[in-house]
This record gives sequence, C-alpha cells and structure tokens, in this order.
Amino acid sequence: MDLDSLAQHCGEWLRGTGPDSDIVMSSRIRLARNLAEFPFPNRADTAAKSEIETLISERMKALSQRQKLNYIRVSDLNALDRQFLVERQLISRELSEGSGPRGVGISDEENISVMINEEDHVRMQVIHSGFALDDCWAEINRVDDLLEHEISFAFDDRLGYLTACPTNVGTGIRVSVMLHLPGLVLTKDIQKVFQALQKLRLAVRGLYGEGSQAMGDFYQISNQVTLGRSEEDLIKTIKEVIPSILKYERRARETLLLENREGLHDQIARAFGILSSAQTITTEETLHLLSSVRMGVNLGLIDELQIPAINELLILTQPAHLQKVRKKPLESAERNIARASLLRQRLTAREHETN
Amino acid sequence: MKKCRRCSKPATLHITEIRKGEVQQLHLCEICAQKYLAQGNADEDEPSSSATVEDLEAADELACPHCGITFRQFRSQGRLGCPHDYEVFETELNQLLENIHDGIQHCGKVPQRTGEAHQDHFRLIKLRNELQVAVKEEAYEKAAALRDEIQQIESRLKPQTTI
Repeated sequence: MDLDSLAQHCGEWLRGTGPDSDIVMSSRIRLARNLAEFPFPNRADTAAKSEIETLISERMKALSQRQKLNYIRVSDLNALDRQFLVERQLISRELSEGSGPRGVGISDEENISVMINEEDHVRMQVIHSGFALDDCWAEINRVDDLLEHEISFAFDDRLGYLTACPTNVGTGIRVSVMLHLPGLVLTKDIQKVFQALQKLRLAVRGLYGEGSQAMGDFYQISNQVTLGRSEEDLIKTIKEVIPSILKYERRARETLLLENREGLHDQIARAFGILSSAQTITTEETLHLLSSVRMGVNLGLIDELQIPAINELLILTQPAHLQKVRKKPLESAERNIARASLLRQRLTAREHETN
Repeated sequence: MKKCRRCSKPATLHITEIRKGEVQQLHLCEICAQKYLAQGNADEDEPSSSATVEDLEAADELACPHCGITFRQFRSQGRLGCPHDYEVFETELNQLLENIHDGIQHCGKVPQRTGEAHQDHFRLIKLRNELQVAVKEEAYEKAAALRDEIQQIESRLKPQTTI
C-alpha cells in the first residue's frame, strides 16, 4: 500500500454518503482480541511481540483470497507516515506512539483496519460513512471469524474475550457513531445530550477518540459497557438513541433558521469566504469554519460544495496529509500556508480548472 | 451494575470517602447521591460492603505465576499482564468488573474453537518466560529442554485444517 498515493484523497468510506449523513459522519465498530498463549503487549518483550506480529500478519496474508488486507509494519514507518495513518483513522495514536514490533492490515477501501500489538494483540475495526452500524457489525463479525479460524483467541466462558484492560473484557466491542452537532452547540442544548447519554452508560468524546476535544462540533458516541450484554444488544442501545439526537439536532437547526436566518446565513457565508480566500490558516480555525460550512450545505445555504468534499477536506487539511502531498516535512507556518492553498484550490475548483 | 444502597435503582455514582484514615466506598443513584452530598454525610455509619483499602493492599502482593505481574502493578498501570491474570486476581477483579459493566457473565459471541487448549496456552506463557531466564543465566541445557517442550505444545495446538 503506497502511502504517498493515498495522500491526494481520503478513504473511499468517507467519500460515500450513507444514511443520515447530514449529521452522522461515520459509524465504527472495533473488536479487541488477544492470542491465548502470550502476555499482553504491555508485558511482552520484543521477541514475543515479534512472534505475535509474525503470527497474525501471516494469518492475514493467508486470508487474502477472502479478504485482502495490505500489511504495513508501523514500527518501520517514520513519525510523519505514522501520523498520516492516525489522521486517516486507520491506526490509533496509541499504536503510532507505541514501541516494539507492531503493524496494521488495511483493506483497499480503507474501511477495514486490523492493528497488531496496540493495547491488545489484535484490534480490528470497520468504518462506514453515515449511520450504518448493522453493516459494520456484519463485516467485522466476518473478519473476526476469518482471523479466528486460524488463531486461538484468549477466551473464558464466564468473562468472554480476555483483554489487557478489564474495561474491554467480554465482547471486547466498542461501537461508535460520529455526529456533527453544530445546531445543538449554538442553541447551547448540547449539555442535555451529554447528560442523557451518560444515563445510558454511553461515552461522548471528540473527533479523535479518547482524550480528544470536541473540535468542529464533532462528537463521537460509544458504549462503555462490554460485559454482561451481547454485541447485538450493545449495538441496539446506540442505534435506538441516535434517531432522537438526530431529531433534536434537526430541530435546533430549524429553530436557528426561524429565529435568525440572516445571522446564521451570514456566519456560514463568512466561514466559506474565509476558507475560499485566506492565505494562511490553522487546523483549528479550519475545523471550526468547515463545521459552519458543513451545516450550511445541509441547510441548503451553500450550493458550491457537497458533503463528501467537505468530509475529505477535514482529513486533507491535517498536518501529516499536507506534508505527504508536498512530499517533504513542513514547519507550522509553512503548513498553514499550504493548508490555505489547498482550501482555495478545492473550494473554487468547480469553475476554474486552472491551477 | 451495582444497585444504589439507599433505593433499588442502578447506581451511577461511586463515591469514595476517606474519614480518619478509613476508606469507604458508596454506590448511589443520582438522586440519592445528591441528597447524600447535600446532607454533608453525617449519617453514613454502616460499614460498606465493598472492598476497603486494606483488602486491596492485601491483594497487592499477589503475582501471576505465568507472566509475573503483581496486583499492585496492575492497579498502577490499569492493564493486566496476560490472560491468566483474570484467574489469579479473580476475587479482586470481580469487584471492579461489577462496577464497570452490566454483570460479570459473558453473554455475547463465542469463538468457533473450543477451550481445551487453554491449559496449554497458559503453560506456553510460563515456559517462554522460563526460557528467557534460562538463556540469560546461560543454563543452555535447561533452555534446550524448555524449547523442545514449547515446540511440542505448539505443534499440538496447530490447527488440523487450513482454509
């Protein structure tokens, strides 16, 4: 898998428009598994980790007829390439910043990724655009079965799949949905959503998962409980709460339009204006403005852009992506200029084909 | 998931009180917790039924014979050392699991393979550890014997069919 060639576009899955994709950016399911006969990665020495990596990557290769997974030895990558994979949501920050033999198997469409030697021996994930948890579950269940056919996973009849951290034991499943909630943020109702979710034992996090801030009004909702309930049941809980949040967000947007259409339109138009003509711009400001523009497209106030293009820009304007495209490292100030240039190019590309 | 000790609703708040060097753990639902905190906790006299600091400290010295991790190490880093730890630290972990999850009996997906291989797997972790030590101590005869046993078990565990 050639990382340089990936840099011009984001993954297939993000460019798709799944159900409810005006508000639901993506759905993701992750499973944690461990080999039964080795210590967990935090306790395994380099030799053991190397053996684990070989074992699992060989299995992936053996599966290539049923499910192609391009294997990348993360331990061989430089910091920029690792950051690149984190930005594309193909590996976690933990795997990138970890030590010792570790890697990831990625499908061509980039919607399946199987990490080796992160917190657990195997962390597999499936992502789809929009609200598509059932599709995610069907696909990851299949990948789990394919891998497990060749490997013995650590499993206990009482406690289920055994994981390095007790917070994941049992099903080892993390079901997440990424939502774009600028309306609820503007009407200041977002806290109510958090409280309601907390009661259901659901966690709310920012764009890049654990420990990240909710930049650009993007919120990731996921389960915290993994033991004592079946996978389908945990998925159902999230599936059932999402429609009410979607309704709430849509109602907030309607209210904003009714009460102050001109003000909202102005905010959105200015955001689009800055993105289209700024000469230098930070990641933070970009996320903030793209969030407004994204809402603008959903509300029909911006015609020039489609949602998939905006989703793509969210990834391509990230630091490692900018540097991969230029094929060289850039300092912060240079990145801000490169980012602005990319945005101007993409936001006005429709009419002007020239560079 | 634990029940509130004042009413029978599920406990969503877990309060740890330290008074006169004694640690108490209270599990309360949101409403009872608000009342409790508002009162300035004058009437919580009954001893808590969950683990005290002494219980946890007694368990600290427990170590897993397969990977060597101690309970204290687990408590400080939040992660276990090997799958066998769930058996070694069973009592202490049950408490933790009850707080975090909705029960401590797995009722989800089960792997296609069956479990007789478990004993072999745990033995493998232990043997690998011992092999490492033997090599370090230059006890090469012992190391060779260990390596042979490891290979024996591994070939026994190998799957019969491949896809």
